[in-house]
Amino acid sequence: MFRRLPEVAGDAIPFTIDGRPASARAGDSVAAALLANGVTTCRNTPVSGAPRGPYCMMGVCFDCLVTIDGTGNRQGCQVRVAPGMAVETQDGKREVER
Amino acid sequence: MSGQATRFDFDIAVIGAGPAGLAAAALAAGRGASVVLLDEQAEPGGQIYRAVTETPVRDRKVLGPDYWHGAELLGPLRDSGAVHWPGSVVWSVARPREDGPRKDGADGPRRIQIGLSRNGVAALLTVRHVIMATGALERPFPIPGWTLPGVLGAGAAQVLLKTSGLVPSGATVMAGSGPLLWLLAWQYLQAGARIDAILDTTPRENWRAALPLLPGFLRSPYLGKGMKLMLEVRRKLTVIGNVTGLRAQGDGVLKSVTYSRNGVEQRLPADTLLLHQGVVPNLNLANATGCAQRWDEVQRCWRPTTDDWGATSVEGVALAGDGAGIGGARAAEEAGRLAALDALHRLGRIDRTQRDEAAAPFRAALDRALTGRAFLDTLYRPAEPFRVPADDTIVCRCEEITAGAVREAVRLGCSGPNQAKSFLRCGMGPCQGRLCGPTVTEVIAAERGVSPAEVGYYRLRPPVKPITLAELAALPKTEADIDAVLKH
Amino acid sequence: MTATATGTGTPSRPDVIVIGGGLHGCSAALHLSMRGVRVLVLEKDHVARHASGVNAGGVRQLGRHVAELPLTVAAMALWHRIGELVDDDCGFESHGQVKVAETEAELATLHARVAELRALGFSHEEVVGRDELRSLVPAIADHCVGALVSRGDGAAIPFRTTFAFRCKAIALGARFQEGGAVTRLARRGGLWSVETADGARHEAPVVVNCAGAWADRIAAQVGEPVPLEVIAPMLMITARVPPFIKPVVGATGRTLSFKQFPNGTVLIGGGLLGRAVRDENRTELDFAQVSVNARTVWDLFPAMRGATIVRAWAGIEARMPDQIPVIGPSGTEPGLYHAFGFSAHGFQLGPIVGRITADLITGGATDLPIAAFRIGRFAGAAGTIAA
Ligand SMILES: Cc1cc2nc3c(=O)[nH]c(=O)nc-3n(C[C@H](O)[C@H](O)[C@H](O)COP(=O)(O)OP(=O)(O)OC[C@H]3O[C@@H](n4cnc5c(N)ncnc54)[C@H](O)[C@@H]3O)c2cc1C
Ligand code: FES
Repeated sequence: MFRRLPEVAGDAIPFTIDGRPASARAGDSVAAALLANGVTTCRNTPVSGAPRGPYCMMGVCFDCLVTIDGTGNRQGCQVRVAPGMAVETQDGKREVER
Repeated sequence: MSGQATRFDFDIAVIGAGPAGLAAAALAAGRGASVVLLDEQAEPGGQIYRAVTETPVRDRKVLGPDYWHGAELLGPLRDSGAVHWPGSVVWSVARPREDGPRKDGADGPRRIQIGLSRNGVAALLTVRHVIMATGALERPFPIPGWTLPGVLGAGAAQVLLKTSGLVPSGATVMAGSGPLLWLLAWQYLQAGARIDAILDTTPRENWRAALPLLPGFLRSPYLGKGMKLMLEVRRKLTVIGNVTGLRAQGDGVLKSVTYSRNGVEQRLPADTLLLHQGVVPNLNLANATGCAQRWDEVQRCWRPTTDDWGATSVEGVALAGDGAGIGGARAAEEAGRLAALDALHRLGRIDRTQRDEAAAPFRAALDRALTGRAFLDTLYRPAEPFRVPADDTIVCRCEEITAGAVREAVRLGCSGPNQAKSFLRCGMGPCQGRLCGPTVTEVIAAERGVSPAEVGYYRLRPPVKPITLAELAALPKTEADIDAVLKH
Repeated sequence: MTATATGTGTPSRPDVIVIGGGLHGCSAALHLSMRGVRVLVLEKDHVARHASGVNAGGVRQLGRHVAELPLTVAAMALWHRIGELVDDDCGFESHGQVKVAETEAELATLHARVAELRALGFSHEEVVGRDELRSLVPAIADHCVGALVSRGDGAAIPFRTTFAFRCKAIALGARFQEGGAVTRLARRGGLWSVETADGARHEAPVVVNCAGAWADRIAAQVGEPVPLEVIAPMLMITARVPPFIKPVVGATGRTLSFKQFPNGTVLIGGGLLGRAVRDENRTELDFAQVSVNARTVWDLFPAMRGATIVRAWAGIEARMPDQIPVIGPSGTEPGLYHAFGFSAHGFQLGPIVGRITADLITGGATDLPIAAFRIGRFAGAAGTIAA
């Protein structure tokens, strides 16, 4: 669980997590935005189905994989959140079409 | 500077925009070479100075003066004329073999090929010299439960602080050892964040081993500050020392942390567990490029083999900064400058004497920056059970392979990490061994009773970061195509 | 790497020394051991380090050179009972192999191929039309008009297969010495003397050359230079996706090998080449060529366009000018047998070629036609063209 420091200013950026409205701040990666919105789990592994969340925040662990605007397996910690972005958590293997 | 590139025939590509890369690019471009600085992040700074141009944490005392030093590297870069392409994921560096005589002089062809993706488009860029400044990554900290959501690296938590002004809320435990753990705790203190406990896993015997090295450390102009931070944290927070066993527990998400101390098990409720036991070179790109590497017994990690200038075994490819062995941010900066001077020399822009003269002050600064390093390396060498974990611990997060499975493979005849890959698929997932390589090396070595140097490391191959089939399929194949792709 | 020895056999003099611990070396060792012959395998790196451990795993009769047809059919019979041979199923699964035609003209060449095989008495390949192609491979692109199919074909897991052959050979008494290359081979007084880089010397009346991409060097030592070319076929693999395809798919007008493993990853290859540096055990990928391969998948499997490629690699393989291997006795020396040069399709033949070599050594003959593979066919050729 993470919270924003009170001094953090700037406009809220609206986006969605699994269709639910959520709010981020300029400069947030998708993974940071998920954590800021209380979402610690972003996918289940395709191997055993175990839940995972962001671990390294620097693009090396690949545990933050999410579907962003319909494209699956994106590293949430390496993509900046943008207004209106649709972020979906992933369940197991990703469909081939997306 | 960002993206508005007008030239595509670069002499030098610098990969990584942390202290080493920023300093290298600024120096080389400042002396007239055409330089492109590539980094997958959207802003310069690397991990240590992450978001230094735009962090929402405006109270400067929270992140501390060492962090704000990063801002001083940006002016020289801007003035140098180096082209900065943020958001560029480099997935391959190769020096294609050529038949026929070599043409190495100043007018030689661009010969090193870089595969990169930018804005979802892949391209091949050809340059004459590459300086990899790919930095470090947190050493894997394999404990039971380290894959649970709610468990993060301390470095990861620091990125959240720098880029987004996020601090843990709820019950928070920090565990491990090393300077970064204490720095983060100190930053959290300044920011008024909650920390329930720090579990210090530094083995008692490390203090004994490090003590003789203390005088050198005390002479360091930089590192002494770290000691002060640690003392302040120890005064103000609950620090539990000599922690041996460590487990993260929870059903689908972290609920508690169990640890043992002097043979007694204790349990702490936790919503967030931040793990750290030092950093290791991020060597995937160098390894995949074919750069030779060696096992560093003191730092207990693999590091690419480099000479005094950072040159690797692959002609035209140099390494600077933590990617070549852990030395910290100040050392990285100076190493970047030395690598840049050597690049200018190899490209025929300065002669050997000019290179050596210009290098003198940087070399002296590098020595200063490395003063006391041996003390830190010895004191914070991670405890054996956290490098060579028990059977039930997952070592390969991607393929969910346990240490026990690796040991079983060794008993069946698996003699090194590359065979472990074939036996078990460990290291074959998307992280390409970054989070299991050091552990798998040490587990196999321990099981076989030989040195890690003998069992070797994964043979890595490009792409070192996954790319989509569509990007690959659309790879431009001619120089004109390449320029067209990179120009947008 | 230091040399390591494995095996329970007595360290007394072996009857046969096999050079090379790839699938072919391990298969020869297994078949010989099954007949009570004492075998020592000498491998310069470790078993399955090269082509046999890193190939695409395709177990294919489809589209083979006519000279290989009797061998490939006999090998296939062994694959379908592979567990009985090596006590492990080697991950072998048989869902057929499919070679897709993208145009009517390509389809016509496939019909001609089937007619040619029929005339030779082989019936394992057949042509299917649009609809059956779609029922076999629902994900195939709309423009494909038909395909050549070999229903008994399939795929196995290369490293696991080669290792299973090794383990079974060891169980039957073979010994393996890994980590020391054979540097010298000489025959005196009816005995071969074989020296390795770690300084050891071994003797045996019979030697088998299964040294893969290095086999020309062994042959050259006995005065049999061969025009072996060292090649580096490239492969790439995706992150896991849900199961969507069973057979292995190739193409007619361009090179492709495409298949999904049971774990969901998709392997893409088909013989496009990187560069091999065999003296350094190293390969270099050529991304312009990888891109050609990716383009083929883009065209034939639109659903794969967004798939992530997590790894790519190349293996070091031997290719002969006529694309078929060298199998059989030496043309210059008694007591020496060759099995190399499989030209990027030797995995499927592994189980049978070991048996053929064992036949030749223990009985002086084999019931399968191997004349086309004799090493003498290159006599007078301009020596080696290897890198
Ligand atoms: C990328 C790729 C994909 C392929 N896909 C397929 C496929 O789908 N289906 C198929 O049927 N085939 C395929 N092949 C071909 C197949 O892998 C090979 O034909 C087959 O494995 C060859 O086996 P081998 O034992 O002759 O060679 P190798 O496996 O290369 O073994 C030769 C061994 O000899 C050792 N050696 C060499 N010199 C010495 C020495 N002096 N002393 C001691 N040891 C020595 C080497 O270290 C090596 O281990 C593919 C090949 C590659 C590279
Ligand atoms: S959190 Fe590790 S890759 Fe994103």
